Amino acid sequence: MANILTRYGDNYIAELSEEDIRADIDDGTADAADRAQIPELTKDEKDYLFEIIADPQKIVSVERGKEVVVSFDAGTLKLTVRNGISMDRSAAILTQERALASDSIELCHVDYSYKPIKPIIAEERQAMEQAQLLSVLPVLYGAMPNMGLYTKPDGPCDNWSELLPAGRIPEARAAQEEAIEHAIKDIVFVASNMIESGADGINFDTVGASGDADVKASLEAVRILKEKYPTTGFEVGMAGEFNLGMHGQLEFDGEIIAGLYPHQQVKMAERAGVSIFGMAVNTNSSESLAWNLARVTTFAKAAVKAASIPVHANVGMGVGGIPLSVIPSCDAVSRVDKALVEIAGVDGL
Amino acid sequence: MAVTHESCAGMGGIRGAGDLVFRMELQGYKINDAKKYVAEKLNCPVEYLADCAEMKDIRESLNISTTQPRPDAAVGIQAKFRIAEILGIPVNSVELFKKQAGF
Repeated sequence: MANILTRYGDNYIAELSEEDIRADIDDGTADAADRAQIPELTKDEKDYLFEIIADPQKIVSVERGKEVVVSFDAGTLKLTVRNGISMDRSAAILTQERALASDSIELCHVDYSYKPIKPIIAEERQAMEQAQLLSVLPVLYGAMPNMGLYTKPDGPCDNWSELLPAGRIPEARAAQEEAIEHAIKDIVFVASNMIESGADGINFDTVGASGDADVKASLEAVRILKEKYPTTGFEVGMAGEFNLGMHGQLEFDGEIIAGLYPHQQVKMAERAGVSIFGMAVNTNSSESLAWNLARVTTFAKAAVKAASIPVHANVGMGVGGIPLSVIPSCDAVSRVDKALVEIAGVDGL
Repeated sequence: MAVTHESCAGMGGIRGAGDLVFRMELQGYKINDAKKYVAEKLNCPVEYLADCAEMKDIRESLNISTTQPRPDAAVGIQAKFRIAEILGIPVNSVELFKKQAGF
């Protein structure tokens, strides 16, 4: 068999042999299984993944009837800021709805964290209310918990990233515990206001980026909000496949947060009242698409099996097997989608 | 990239019934349960939900908007009033509209 055109996690084309691709699939699924103590992909699943990767068509797609819905982080940032198209956010939402056929969209601010939204909450509410009048698709409001913003000199808390290397572990833990309280207040304030302005749901993006304290603040906020707004949806998208233990002892409902993998993260999210769980697995740019995709599919399959709520795979630039590039290739993106939907059974992307 | 995701794996938003299925996922329904629920409410087979030909006819007959607004047809919040009723779920923006309009 001639070599197969595929890609590496850095987005560049590579020609690999069938043996190399199959070996990478074996290694990728074994890596995920070993880290999370979950089953590897079966032989049939690995064979199907090879077929998807080796398909000679440039673009592949899910089989008819297996389509899923798509959600967004940084929703209205994509066209207006990243693409630099001169339009306001309402126009971006209508473009997503009527030109790009998105299943949902998210309104967000360029300073994409809950804390900086507080002083401009009135303007954000107005933007949501206007957008809701014009649009039909579900419009969520989203931002990141971003616990780092609560450290000095930007915030009131000592910086645990400076305290930890200095060996001042009790002080680092105390600083994170203080920051959690500030973050919960800010998230609940912003989210409540946006729901009162008609948001169809609230998106928590990149949860866990600052470690287990970031996760705790987000889940405690969801719990408060779900009790306050029981019919509103809450989507939580993670920062990575593994909860970093920057604190190490924090618990949610009596369970240690640090160290959880997606199939465990989703169960904790369910208990908090999360409606849609966004699992994130980071792409290794030095490994092939086959290695990365086998790995993320293994994590995703276990998460979907464990979950009683919808699981969306985060498939942005550099996560979920998507190459680490601002312009990821369509051939790789389409293969990621097909594998995650048809092998892992994710409920959305 | 968003276009690739939607083309390869998405439900087509308001070209199909992707917006409606997503609303049910926000209620905690997994994808197959959400599709089944929506299909029952639209009185159509599940297979129609991502088919733009079938869904154009269904959406126009229910007056719940498509990608190309027509004269004398519901758009925006008007369509969402109907969607909330068809799906049997509260839609926050519809509730806000009722409140602000003094319904």
